[in-house]
Amino acid sequence: MLQQLSLLFVRHLRKSMRSPVWILVGLFEPILNLLLFMPLLKGLGNAPGLPAGGIERTFVPGLLVMLTIFTAGFVGFGVMDDKRIGFIERLMVSPARRSAILLSLIARDLVMLVAQTLIVTLLSLVLGLSMSFPGFCAALVMIVLVGVVMVSFSYAMALIVSDESNLASIANTVYMPILLLSGIMLPLTLAPRWLKIAAKFNPFSYIVDAERLLFAGTFNDAEVWQAFAIVIVLAVGTTAWATSRLRKMSA
Amino acid sequence: MRTEFTWISGSGFVAALSAIARIHKISNPSSDTVPILQTDGLAKTYAVRRKHGQDAAVEAVRGVDLSIRAKEIFGFLGPNGAGKTTALRMLTTLLTPTAGKARVVGYDLHTQPKQIRRCIGYVSQAGGSDTSATAWENLILQARLYGMTTDAALERARQLIDQLQMDDFAQRPAMTYSGGQRRRLDLALGMVHKPPLLFLDEPTLGLDPQSRAYFWEEIQRLRGEGTTVFLTTHYMDEADKLCDRVSIIDRGEIVAEGTPGDLKKEIKGDSIILGFAGDHSLASGRHQLAGQPYVKEVLIKDGKLHLYVEQGEQTIPAIVRLLDAQQIAVTTIEFARPSLDDVFLLKTGRSLRDTGSE
Repeated sequence: MLQQLSLLFVRHLRKSMRSPVWILVGLFEPILNLLLFMPLLKGLGNAPGLPAGGIERTFVPGLLVMLTIFTAGFVGFGVMDDKRIGFIERLMVSPARRSAILLSLIARDLVMLVAQTLIVTLLSLVLGLSMSFPGFCAALVMIVLVGVVMVSFSYAMALIVSDESNLASIANTVYMPILLLSGIMLPLTLAPRWLKIAAKFNPFSYIVDAERLLFAGTFNDAEVWQAFAIVIVLAVGTTAWATSRLRKMSA
Repeated sequence: MRTEFTWISGSGFVAALSAIARIHKISNPSSDTVPILQTDGLAKTYAVRRKHGQDAAVEAVRGVDLSIRAKEIFGFLGPNGAGKTTALRMLTTLLTPTAGKARVVGYDLHTQPKQIRRCIGYVSQAGGSDTSATAWENLILQARLYGMTTDAALERARQLIDQLQMDDFAQRPAMTYSGGQRRRLDLALGMVHKPPLLFLDEPTLGLDPQSRAYFWEEIQRLRGEGTTVFLTTHYMDEADKLCDRVSIIDRGEIVAEGTPGDLKKEIKGDSIILGFAGDHSLASGRHQLAGQPYVKEVLIKDGKLHLYVEQGEQTIPAIVRLLDAQQIAVTTIEFARPSLDDVFLLKTGRSLRDTGSE
């Protein structure tokens, strides 16, 4: 099982490395945000409602979560491609275990996600971000867990739908409200009451809040542990769902 | 080699026999009499929800009974949408049947899918080659997934690249291959672990005549080495020339089964196709000819009269004289030796050629 996993992991990683253009395209948007949008926020200065510690420490954690949602949340397209050329079916007829097939994909995606996160964080440091290093390490762990959730969700959807355009519309319909209701670009402390209440029902709003606390080096806040609990439950649930979808491909 | 055949120690009696026979190049008579694949009422029904609220069921495969002997090339002939691929996907453990039983290489389809996967090769219509990787990478990954060591995998990849003449392009990513080249890699991937039973879904679909001929040779060579090949096709010439035995499948049901030669003998001679000047002459032509002693079977299709007769060459003059004497206007006469298409036409009332796009 571990051997199958590593064999397939190497294949997936090699496939990703063969099209470096897509890696660059994926990085383009967060970098643009850092370069062209963050300066705008700086102008807000100490507007009421914004937490202390510099606008970078509010903006960058949110940006990283957004990056995770949008890169990890669209990995399903890669598997649609593998499905179309019959590669997935070939694996399903081979002795490879279903769990090895899925986990090898997830492992590759997480490696790519960590690399992206580190690049964007380094650039943010250059642009004036100040953060707690242990806090960042914990924040990275949470990013990886969010990655597991998004990747599994995306694969489960890719295994259900029949073509790419359906996948795109489902992904956009689900991700946009998640994004807007989590205070990713600007904290929800600025939001009117009804919007705050709506955000309470979005697990990602807890995650974004916790990321900001962790970047500031705050570990002992209840929100941090709540967010970890939420993301772990979601990660277990979505992975189980994706595995069962892969098994049900044969129904 | 040792790692490839560790499954022999299991309960796969037939698989073990045929594998051993292959390794030692001996033909074991008992392995030829036990079917390598047998199905009993295999069926697949899909529930489809209609817009008006009622559920409808689509019966893709309705109770198929098959028995395939070791070391034969068995063909599933039928138009697109007949249920060939669905049946194949069930037998390769990719789809769960809704009813029926099957034993594949000695294992039960319901309870031992893992054992079956180790002993079969499957080349799907889509192929399965990873287009982002080279032939080498594809073959080595496949060999390693079947449990071979790195060295054994490399050796096996080299063998297959030689055997299927892929040397010229094996270093390039598969997305640069021509259709025929890609199909060769697909086939090689199915053969990596030397399976005693190889499933090929439309192996020559969309290939040029030269590549097709090459594939037929390769498939025959595999059979010569002791591999049982189960293929699907909607080309009658492929079923006719390549297969030892054929099942004709239509709308999820087997309508005929036998060697291509025996099936064609059922046609009772040659076919003569007559075109008439109008519906009236068609009807009277049919009326006149149906009673003739030399006519075995009469069918009307696409406004033409199909006659099945013994010794067509000698019958044509008699037919022409008869119709002339009755002043029935014939416009065209075609003459053909029986083909599997005639078998299909006789069994289903439709021609394989026009059921193509569904």
